[in-house]
Amino acid sequence: MALKRNPYANLDPVAGNGLLHRRALLRSGAIFAGAAAAGSAGSMTGAGAESLKDGPWSLEAGSVIPAYGVPSRFEKDVIRAVDNPDNVPRNSRARTPHHQLQGIITPNPLHFTICHGGIPDIDPAQHKLVIHGLVKQPLVFTLEELARYPHTSRIGFVECGGNSAPLFSNEPIQASVQALHGLASCAEWTGVLLSTLLEEAGVQPEAKWMIAEGADAPRLSRSVPLAKGLDDAMIALYQNGERINPGQGYPMRLWLPGYEGNMNVKYLRRIKLTTEPAMSYYESRTYAQVLPNGKSYRFYFLQEVKSFITHPSPGHQLREPGYHEISGVAYSGTGRITKVMVSADGGKSWGQAALQDPVLPKAFTRFRMPWRWDGGPAVLQSRAWDESGNMQPTRAEFVAVRGQTSRPPPVGAFPSQHFNAITSWAVDQKGGVRHVYA
Amino acid sequence: MSTPKALLVATCVLLSVAAASAQGPKLGRPVTEADIAPWDISIMPDGTGLPAGAGTAAQGAKLYAERCSACHGDNGKGSEHGAAMVGGPARASLDGGKTIKNYWPYATTIFDFVRRAMPYSEPNSLSNDEVYAITAYILALNELIGQGDTMNAQTLPKVIMPNRDGFIVRFPDRI
Repeated sequence: MALKRNPYANLDPVAGNGLLHRRALLRSGAIFAGAAAAGSAGSMTGAGAESLKDGPWSLEAGSVIPAYGVPSRFEKDVIRAVDNPDNVPRNSRARTPHHQLQGIITPNPLHFTICHGGIPDIDPAQHKLVIHGLVKQPLVFTLEELARYPHTSRIGFVECGGNSAPLFSNEPIQASVQALHGLASCAEWTGVLLSTLLEEAGVQPEAKWMIAEGADAPRLSRSVPLAKGLDDAMIALYQNGERINPGQGYPMRLWLPGYEGNMNVKYLRRIKLTTEPAMSYYESRTYAQVLPNGKSYRFYFLQEVKSFITHPSPGHQLREPGYHEISGVAYSGTGRITKVMVSADGGKSWGQAALQDPVLPKAFTRFRMPWRWDGGPAVLQSRAWDESGNMQPTRAEFVAVRGQTSRPPPVGAFPSQHFNAITSWAVDQKGGVRHVYA
Repeated sequence: MSTPKALLVATCVLLSVAAASAQGPKLGRPVTEADIAPWDISIMPDGTGLPAGAGTAAQGAKLYAERCSACHGDNGKGSEHGAAMVGGPARASLDGGKTIKNYWPYATTIFDFVRRAMPYSEPNSLSNDEVYAITAYILALNELIGQGDTMNAQTLPKVIMPNRDGFIVRFPDRI
């Protein structure tokens, strides 16, 4: 590439308040060095100002390689936020630290987890999966038998129906992206297509639903449309290449790509085909959503198109004006993400973000947007579209239909579910980031 | 570059894969519904699956005090550890207040959830009679049945829950 006389000529603004064309992501570092220098006088001091010396780790032999690798001790703060550390008798949650992660794959120890009866300690050699009800021949499978079936792998997200519930608050709740959006994660799941097992059992023509049930203490159960079971449902045995974690349902879970998290029954031990839903506690009460008119939605299966910015986000500090990358995740239960637009001026103007490969259906898609922050106030937003033609709503559009609280609830409360509208982060002149409604 | 021979081989491979998948591994072992019965605890809103047994609110009051009140409070009033079983607003809103009386569409769900999950620290420790009695106690507290009414497989599904018709199916085309 020939060097241009003016290093900024190719840093085309695409929208207000410093958003640059995504092609800037492909440019050489020299251009950004120039851009950074322009943004803040004196930012080029430091690295070359003192002579380099070896750190102690360069002067001694390193430690033994562990049998199971763990992150550096310097990464000890990259952890899930757990909300029931004393295991008091109620449900428990651990939220993914999106502000500390990159890419699209959530590491297994950081995948969000919700348990309604604690994590059971299941012996895989004794676990069984039964398929019965409206089938020609009820069948029971051991893990060893399932392991011999053709396996399939797919990268996809799981999201709790209650993820992002704090955004139902009538006032923006000041919390991190982990607290607000941490009940969603993305992994490679490997297992056996449920349709294979259902075909072997022989589905009766009148079957329309399946009741999926876990082996945990509450024998958690949800009713799932049989249509989904015969479509892309999986009995997941592996998560990012290793046996699924206990928090994800060891030794097996039902995985319904794109469907509400609670329906992805963990510790799966029984699938019963029926003509009607069972109206279990979770589908008839917990995962039904009150509407402003007093009626409620039920069977809100889909996790709809959504995105949020992870970098920068509350808790991050922009140290100086100049070049920064805005990035985040977008995902949809109805297919691939086709477009993510980003705004730095609270939605007045928008620029198209780069989508990082791979862009997969019903999976996290990482988006990136080059930004030259001028040191002034900015309001960052992202908005996603999917291949089914669905567009992420603004919060105002969303609240007009789904309502909001009349007073701010505690950050861990769930005023409602299936919030998929735009999130806004305000950057102030000190480089701090706050949650706002814009 | 495909030669006719390569095409023939590819076709044979495809056919054999198709034949294998049509047959499937068939490794599941046949079981009878009688074998499955101990695990088949599903209860439908019409009462299908409800076990034999019965209980009244008076029997349930004693059980509730012993087994439930530590978390759910005296007389169903709720506490920091467990939801109230009685009271609450006339209608749930985004400010909260989903209660058995104003929200739950089916009384069978109370029996099912108590039997599955309660008490939280001693799951699966209540007999069917005890679950019927606790269910009766909760329903009577909410004045949805009379104090003397017996709950069993026949009477429980007939209890009229006020919010039964308060729901809209969000994605009917996916059922």
